[in-house]
Amino acid sequence: MTGAGQLLRHFLRRDRWMLLAWSVGITLLYWSQAVSVKGLYATQAEFDKAAAAMEANTAFIAMTGPARALNTVGGQVTWQAAAFGAITIGLMSMFLVVRHTRAEEESGRDEMLRAAAVGRGATTAATLLVVLVANLLTGTLVSLSLISVPLAAPDSLALGVGLAAVGMLFAAVALLAAQLTSSPRAAYGITGAVIGAAYMLRAVGDVGSPALSWLSPIGWYQGMHAFSGVRWWPLALLVLATMPVVVVAGATFGRRDHGSGVLAARPGPSRADPRLGTPLGLAWRQQRGSLIGWSVGLLLTGLSYGSLGTDVGDLLGDSATTQEMFIRGGTDLVEGFYATAIVMLALMSCGYAVSTALRPRHDESSGVAEILLATGLSRSRWLLAQVVFTVCGSALVVTAAGLGLGLGYALSTGDGSAVGTYLVATLPYLAPVLVLSGLARLLFGLRARFAPLAWAGLLFAVVVLFFGPVLRIPEWLQDVSPFHHLALVPAEDFRWQPLLALALVAAVTSALGQVLFRRRDVEMR
Amino acid sequence: MTSGRVSAVYGGRVSNPIEIRGLVKAFGTVRALDGLDLEVEQGEVHGFLGPNGSGKSTTIRVLLGLLRASAGSVRLLDGDPWADAAALHRRLAYVPGDVTLWPNLTGGEVIDLLGRLRGGLDERRRAELVERFELDPTKKGRTYSKGNRQKVALIAALASDVELLLLDEPTSGLDPLMEAVFQECVDDFRATGGTVLLSSHILAEVERLCDRVSIIRAGRCVESGTLTQLRHLTRTTVRAETTRPTEGLGDLAGVHDLLVEGHRVAFEVDTSALPAALAALQDAGIGTLTATPPTLEELFMRHYGDEVSQAEGSGS
Repeated sequence: MTGAGQLLRHFLRRDRWMLLAWSVGITLLYWSQAVSVKGLYATQAEFDKAAAAMEANTAFIAMTGPARALNTVGGQVTWQAAAFGAITIGLMSMFLVVRHTRAEEESGRDEMLRAAAVGRGATTAATLLVVLVANLLTGTLVSLSLISVPLAAPDSLALGVGLAAVGMLFAAVALLAAQLTSSPRAAYGITGAVIGAAYMLRAVGDVGSPALSWLSPIGWYQGMHAFSGVRWWPLALLVLATMPVVVVAGATFGRRDHGSGVLAARPGPSRADPRLGTPLGLAWRQQRGSLIGWSVGLLLTGLSYGSLGTDVGDLLGDSATTQEMFIRGGTDLVEGFYATAIVMLALMSCGYAVSTALRPRHDESSGVAEILLATGLSRSRWLLAQVVFTVCGSALVVTAAGLGLGLGYALSTGDGSAVGTYLVATLPYLAPVLVLSGLARLLFGLRARFAPLAWAGLLFAVVVLFFGPVLRIPEWLQDVSPFHHLALVPAEDFRWQPLLALALVAAVTSALGQVLFRRRDVEMR
Repeated sequence: MTSGRVSAVYGGRVSNPIEIRGLVKAFGTVRALDGLDLEVEQGEVHGFLGPNGSGKSTTIRVLLGLLRASAGSVRLLDGDPWADAAALHRRLAYVPGDVTLWPNLTGGEVIDLLGRLRGGLDERRRAELVERFELDPTKKGRTYSKGNRQKVALIAALASDVELLLLDEPTSGLDPLMEAVFQECVDDFRATGGTVLLSSHILAEVERLCDRVSIIRAGRCVESGTLTQLRHLTRTTVRAETTRPTEGLGDLAGVHDLLVEGHRVAFEVDTSALPAALAALQDAGIGTLTATPPTLEELFMRHYGDEVSQAEGSGS
């Protein structure tokens, strides 16, 4: 363990901003839930009515957790935030652990550290300590934020401490996965699968067979029953499960060679598939994983919005804020809600569109662009293939979102025609999504390092959508957001002109980016 | 495609595969290249030498059309490397000094991908090179060591049917056995009429492979010629024991760092002053004499080192 303390300080220094961002983000997840629920319902009778509707909605229960004391603010916070909080803290722990163990080993930096006067297990020990600090910090912030609302202190504490314990269990799983595989990606895959399985198990369990929920760490966390007769013994389950995983991971670490995993890296093909010979084939090979992941993710998100069905009216209550938020076209609350849900799905799709539009920039900074562009592949063909992939991929992601929304609505209401209606209402949003990816390309054409500024464009669109009216952002500034122009279908009637204008803007910015890229130096490492 | 290896003939003159005149490349206020001249002739292996940061890689990247020249003229295979980049790249192959691979593609896939994008590769040569370089083509890019990543890029380049190789410290990370394989491959390539620009720090490699060398410093070419010509430009170290004290050695132009200890003398002498210096020793009666020709290291140290002025370098 020699040097573990020094490594811990080094890790904390490296991670301080990331740690802060994760903990504050997770805390906001809980706290914002409490604050928004508090303001949502004018009377307790209204709250009771909404709670009854939520309890009756199976899809909602599958998504979030067992319905307990939903007519209280604390019960709502636990119900809405616990499952997602557990997933998020699991991801945080996973990234932290793999980042300091397997990823460091692969990069070769760990070798340098270990060659110094540092004990064999020092990196592992320091990693566990960092992730413990991160989980305790997050748990404490969550508890304190809920107490400040104010909510009952013991229950707030249970939500925070339980969250930290779930995080440590997933950290242990990630540590074990990092011993099994020889690449960080595979370690992420294994841990992500475990987190996903834990979520699915409790979803099935909460809906019909409670025994299954007891096989899931997330189920144990929710089994602590915060704000509905809190009990502490499920916490012991979390701690007791964590310890053997850490011990096994430690023992495996002690037996394996540096740089290798227990599962040997599988050899790949010695010859390339014929499809790999083109820039588009290469783009598909590099990005198919993220395309499939985003499509499935948005399909599921759409499905969950859609599954609210016509219950939306009851759930949202009649308060002035919700009316202002959702009834833009001045018609029906349900239609208004779905029009807004579509815009939200489109904004999430931008996450895909912008990140894939940034791929050329990563290729340029990693150095593979240099090798590619030294072959017979011209700059314009290389970038064009990337553009084609971005456009088609974004179309697929937006379609998946619309399809999910329609399917969810159809399944929950039995109205089959909703599938087509919501899909058609979602598709036009491909245009503003592509405007943001076009912005990324334009910035990339100017300078590779400017490209990530496209995320600021997405941030701006989000702020305009959610806070535009509240912050009284002037209309001309709101008009800068590409999401501020399309008709809010189904609340409003569809209009062609804004769609065509946005498509034109997307095409022009993208083409301009292409031209600029052809004229600039390829940036060197 | 052997016919492609004969450069175009214009007005009876065979133009050089690489011709650079007064090349300037500025990054903001920094001039990475400052009036560089470089000529690489058809069918030769041309060594490209210079200290770190002298502009070798920048020059090669201008030749590849990855960087745009700020001033000067650059001709590559009778084309403009910026405007005709993709067409020219089908006729050349490039190996960088620090190869980045796609983490999830195997070495074999990368070789095929680069070969196809270059317009096809020679299957027989590909198989032979994989064998000679002892590369495991089924491993993923992320698992290769530095030397193995270099091998992947080298095989992809050498298996392509091209007329020019641009190699930027291509053997960094290779073991001596693989270094020898690389040298054989370059010999083979030259034997088929191919041209090579080889940037390298390994002087033995340069001495063994290169017909001519150019030395650059601070973005300018300070010396260019065959190794024999370059040796002539430097000094021979002479040590001698004479029967009588030597006279007049110190007055000779071209004799440097003269050290006299009784009957023993040691000095360095320019090639041009060598006859006069030897005559002076003769007059004093030579007992023993050793004359050491400059090693390649000395040659380069002289050009790399700071104590040598630009004028001395380019004036000779």
